[in-house]
Amino acid sequence: MERVPILKIGDILLVSIQVDMSDETAVALQEDLAERIVATGCHGVIIDITALDIVDSFVGRMLSTIASISRVLDAETVVVGMRPAVAITLVELGLSLNGIRTALNVERGMELIAIDRADDDHHEEWDDGPVAGATASP
Amino acid sequence: MALSADESGRLGELLTSRAEQVTQRWTEIIAGQLRGRLSQAELVRQVQELHRALVDALGKGEVDLNAEEATELRAVLADLSRGQARQGFSATETATGVFALKEALLQTLETDQSAATLRDYVAFSALIDQMGLFTFESFVRTRESLIADQAEQLLELSTPVVKLWEGVVAVPLVGTLDSARAQVVMERLLQTLVDTGSPYAIIDITGVPAVDTQVAQHILKTVVAARLMGADCIISGIRPQIAQTIVALGIEFGDIATKASLADALRHVLRLTGVETSRRQPRRES
Repeated sequence: MERVPILKIGDILLVSIQVDMSDETAVALQEDLAERIVATGCHGVIIDITALDIVDSFVGRMLSTIASISRVLDAETVVVGMRPAVAITLVELGLSLNGIRTALNVERGMELIAIDRADDDHHEEWDDGPVAGATASP
Repeated sequence: MALSADESGRLGELLTSRAEQVTQRWTEIIAGQLRGRLSQAELVRQVQELHRALVDALGKGEVDLNAEEATELRAVLADLSRGQARQGFSATETATGVFALKEALLQTLETDQSAATLRDYVAFSALIDQMGLFTFESFVRTRESLIADQAEQLLELSTPVVKLWEGVVAVPLVGTLDSARAQVVMERLLQTLVDTGSPYAIIDITGVPAVDTQVAQHILKTVVAARLMGADCIISGIRPQIAQTIVALGIEFGDIATKASLADALRHVLRLTGVETSRRQPRRES
């Protein structure tokens, strides 16, 4: 079985899906990711699907599940790099990837997470101090 | 509807021996109908060409317009109707150009009134009908290909995606939005979003004459697809009447931002991205 690698960049975990997802691969990815989030204490997960030609309901559900798991562990998930053809197919199929945030590319995804962290820190000013998240993205 | 070898032989002979008389009368009838929209020389050339092709075909014995032997005759007819279709003649005018031969021939035959002549005339008349129908069909086919070409050109020239600002692209939609065009617009917009990495897109519908549920559906699909890719869409250029239609039809744009003008939409996006816009005193050099 192929495993999807999880890379840590600063405060963010980057998952680049390059293989066709099967049930086992998806479950393994969810387990690995949950463990890595806890182990590293990262607050952002970026899932890069640039290489995926087809996103069906299975992959859509997997992405939703990962987003939910991450949210429980206080990490924001952003799906990046969806191809136009994939987006059009999803719309035609009526699948809307509920609860998943998206960005055009990895860079934008990192910005998005950085902005979110800055907002969160602002709200939690008394706990963390004001500047912790603002410099998170390299 | 084929002419037998005997009939075609007799008619071929008739057309050859009375060539001048027939073509002249033929030309006159067509000229009267076209009222000078085709030059006399051009008309004479066309009629003579058709006459020659017809005599050739008749000379080969049995004549059937769909047979191998009549290829040349068909080519001449197709060429004629193609030319007339492109020059803007109506289908009736084009077909009557062929049917005029009947009248021309009738006048030639009037001198000889035997039963055999009548039978010949009826058989020949059937052939001319066939030729007329063939002309008609070529005419329609030419027109259809013209229309198809134009539709394709329209599709190409009507969907530009322009960059308005760093990270902001706009699609000014002009003309009626059908499924085919909506598809092209959607693909081009999404591709541009990827290529330029722009997180904001403005869809301007100032040039769309009417918005019905189907057009709204296409626009909504584009917006949802862009969102899936991580870009936000703003719809602008909604004219007062269109706003009323949208409400009357019960079309819901949900949480999609809509603005009255492109300028408003751009200002909205700039505010979202944190760009400050402010008025200042105009300066002479800048």
